[in-house]
Amino acid sequence: MSTRQFGRPIKRNEDPRLLTGRALFTDDVQMAGMLHVAFLRSDLAHARIRSIDVKGASRRPGVAAVYTAGDLGEFWQPGPLLVPPPPVEQLEFHQRTQTPLAKDKVRHAGEAVAMVVAESRYLAEDALDDIFVDYEPLDAVTGLEAALSEGAPLVHEDLGHNVSARVTQTKGNWTQAESEADLVIRRRFLYDRGTAAALENRGIVASWDEKSQRLTIWDTTQAPIAIRNGLASMLGLSEHQVRVIAPFIGGGFGPKIMMFYPEEVLLPWAALQLGSPLKWIEDREENFYATTQERGQVHDAAIALKSDGTILGVKDLFLHDAGAYAPYGLTVPINSQCTLLGPYVVPSYHSEFSSVFTNKPIVTPYRGAGRQHGVFVMERLLDIAAKELDIDPVEIRRRNFIPPDRFPYANEIIFQDFAPLVYDSGNYEPALERALELIGYEEFIRTEQPRREAAGERVGIAVVNYIEGTGIGPYEGARVTVEASGKVSVATGVGTQGQGHYTSFAQVVAEQIGVAVSDVHVVTGDTDLFYWGAGTFASRGAVVAGNAMHAAAARVRAKILKLAGEKLEAAEEDLELIEGRVQVKGAPQTSISLGQLAAEANPMRGAVQPGTEPGLEATEYFGPERGATASGVHAIILKVDPETFLVEIEKYVVVHDCGTVINPLILDGQIQGGVAQGIGNAFYEQLHFDDNGALLNASLMDYLLPTASDVPNIESDHVETPSPLNPLGVKGAGEAGAIPVGALFAQAIDNAFRDIGLEVREIPLSPNRLFELVTEASARETA
Amino acid sequence: MDRTITVKVNGREYERSVEPRLLLSDFLRHEIGLTGTHVGCEQGVCGACTVLVDNEAVRSCLLFAVQTNGREVATVEGLGAGPQQMHLIQHGFWEAHGLQCGFCTPGILMSLVPFLEQNPDPTEKEIRDLLSGNICRCTGYQKIVEAVQLSARLIQEKSS
Repeated sequence: MSTRQFGRPIKRNEDPRLLTGRALFTDDVQMAGMLHVAFLRSDLAHARIRSIDVKGASRRPGVAAVYTAGDLGEFWQPGPLLVPPPPVEQLEFHQRTQTPLAKDKVRHAGEAVAMVVAESRYLAEDALDDIFVDYEPLDAVTGLEAALSEGAPLVHEDLGHNVSARVTQTKGNWTQAESEADLVIRRRFLYDRGTAAALENRGIVASWDEKSQRLTIWDTTQAPIAIRNGLASMLGLSEHQVRVIAPFIGGGFGPKIMMFYPEEVLLPWAALQLGSPLKWIEDREENFYATTQERGQVHDAAIALKSDGTILGVKDLFLHDAGAYAPYGLTVPINSQCTLLGPYVVPSYHSEFSSVFTNKPIVTPYRGAGRQHGVFVMERLLDIAAKELDIDPVEIRRRNFIPPDRFPYANEIIFQDFAPLVYDSGNYEPALERALELIGYEEFIRTEQPRREAAGERVGIAVVNYIEGTGIGPYEGARVTVEASGKVSVATGVGTQGQGHYTSFAQVVAEQIGVAVSDVHVVTGDTDLFYWGAGTFASRGAVVAGNAMHAAAARVRAKILKLAGEKLEAAEEDLELIEGRVQVKGAPQTSISLGQLAAEANPMRGAVQPGTEPGLEATEYFGPERGATASGVHAIILKVDPETFLVEIEKYVVVHDCGTVINPLILDGQIQGGVAQGIGNAFYEQLHFDDNGALLNASLMDYLLPTASDVPNIESDHVETPSPLNPLGVKGAGEAGAIPVGALFAQAIDNAFRDIGLEVREIPLSPNRLFELVTEASARETA
Repeated sequence: MDRTITVKVNGREYERSVEPRLLLSDFLRHEIGLTGTHVGCEQGVCGACTVLVDNEAVRSCLLFAVQTNGREVATVEGLGAGPQQMHLIQHGFWEAHGLQCGFCTPGILMSLVPFLEQNPDPTEKEIRDLLSGNICRCTGYQKIVEAVQLSARLIQEKSS
């Protein structure tokens, strides 16, 4: 190609199908004789099950089967631990994972206790009303400190306590830092739960074909390969007998990487029992209980500084809400622990957390995956320190940045990928300066803010920094094939949930092979088309699968050049790949099309050289030694209505560094969408549980997702510091937008109410909560 | 119990015998196989299931199929002849990257059809007010707003 494909804002290959209603989502799968599944879920968060009577439901016309835990026999097993605890010396870990159907006890509201299979979803849901469960209610434990108190109700009685894990990680010497400090600040910070609320709820279709002896599953999962491997093992089938397809997926954001959801093992099992295809589609209310959630934590943190604002050390003791089971190991709290250090030089760090079981839905990563908490704690500590030391909040950050000549920068603790937390590359100050310029920091502080405050307005500004560990291993793979049509097909194991993989991966391949991006057909998430892989999580698709694409495409390019050199009787270095052809440089009449080459690479008769691989095809894998560290700066100007305490965002700036950019259009979309979720998390979205563990706002009418009226236009710019850890130099970008928004809101709102000394130490906020905080601060100020 | 209804969907007439409680969304998706209309909440909040009934945007999860007896329904499948011949609004969304996972998109497109007929040159505020009835969890709305602005321009250019 004369123009580059990589780095351009190319519109997406997948869009025409999505825009015309012709893309296949899981609920779109229809099969002859298909039966439908509904689950009876516990209304109680904590109760013993005395008995379950399903006779009435079984007798209903149209009902094919009703199952409870007792019907599952040896198939009833706790689910696997997805992520084992990392190799940290001071670590205690108690494994308790979810089961397919609750047997003796329910541990959170919404836990499934019975499964109905019927001719339609309507009939299956009708039959749920005919199941009688005799529960003995137990006291529920919902608060984190309450869960650790003497005599607390026990989520898992056999454990004798509610501790899921305890982890301590340290660097330097906090005690010494504290003793040498001019100022030590200690605060408590709270971060409460929200839900990912992908527009598409979860769903599964399972079909057993007796004649081919194969099980096919359509699943709204971010990790189809791991689902196939796990199900084959649980069901006693060969992996080759199980095909898992993650078709188009209506948003993932993390909870769809969780496995195995109870429904995910029960549908395939029951499809084998009954011999009929089965479908279950989660409804929105179920999604609020049965899909995993994130982010209750309580931090008791301290920062030690010199009087010039230099950080000497940070100490952080925190509690993490695991929910009723912890299948995802310690990924979320480890992320909090590691991300807290941010882009700053922190010579001493003591971080200690307890992950706690509660009678609430399961916690697994949701976009940001614990990084929010770390950023919130560190940025708030710096804000408070800046105030105490009378240093500009931007300046205190600037003074503590890791300088660009200190990379790779080792933080001496272990990250979620089990590798040492080493930042590969970074250059923080240019991004900060650019953000200040775009938000108009000096001008706002000097003239606009005083002028508007004099007119009675409440306006605030904020600037926060963050880093994000992205693109972690273990590995992904890709197969690139030039077909006889001259078009290129590409397959990889990761699933896709709207990130534009069909286009960004195509760009990586097109760049090597010299075809149009629209002529590269990418398949993701079908285990029959690519056998190996881990999944889409931790902002790793572009980094890990993208580099596998790059490697496979480079090998195909080499094959093309070799074969074309033979056919055209030219030296390889004299050839170029342009618009689907190979031609001799400067002599375009001497050329051959890729399609023709592909056909010749697959001869039907005659002999080939020993060792010849047929076709223009290659499969490659990529596994980074550790994650690539992206970074960024968010800045905001907001106005608070002094009567209603509603917040209006007047300006929002993101300057982001995710290394080399593959497609700026897609990247902007990822950032903007992430910020919107961050805004929801900061000011609109909160799951309200009562003391009994009942969720009080389990509907989209009561749980407020940001709408087009709430999310502003975001002005963004990029700094490119390539990662040395992969050939493309890319870093992940999927989660970045969402991570620092809570910290940003807190700083800006404090700034708008600095006359009364407001200090926001919790997220999410809401107009109500802000009114309370301001009222308390005013009372303190006048007291 | 079942009622026989006749509904014209995307210009084609369907006669089906349905339960009175069958939602229009389920009728469209599962009875006549038009799965382009998506269901996100079944509570009338998210807007993903928006279709046109007699050219008015409605939530198909809040209507029963029997309520559309004798009426005309339009879904995303009828909004252009297919991926090769898309409607100008679909082109606007493609050019401006107005979608990510695409799940909410059909509902947004259908909300826009009567909106852009009545407001050929909408302001950003008018666009955001209209879009506030449709939840998108992926895009942050910015590129959807740009897509609507572009769509309006494309429609105006074609008609002028």
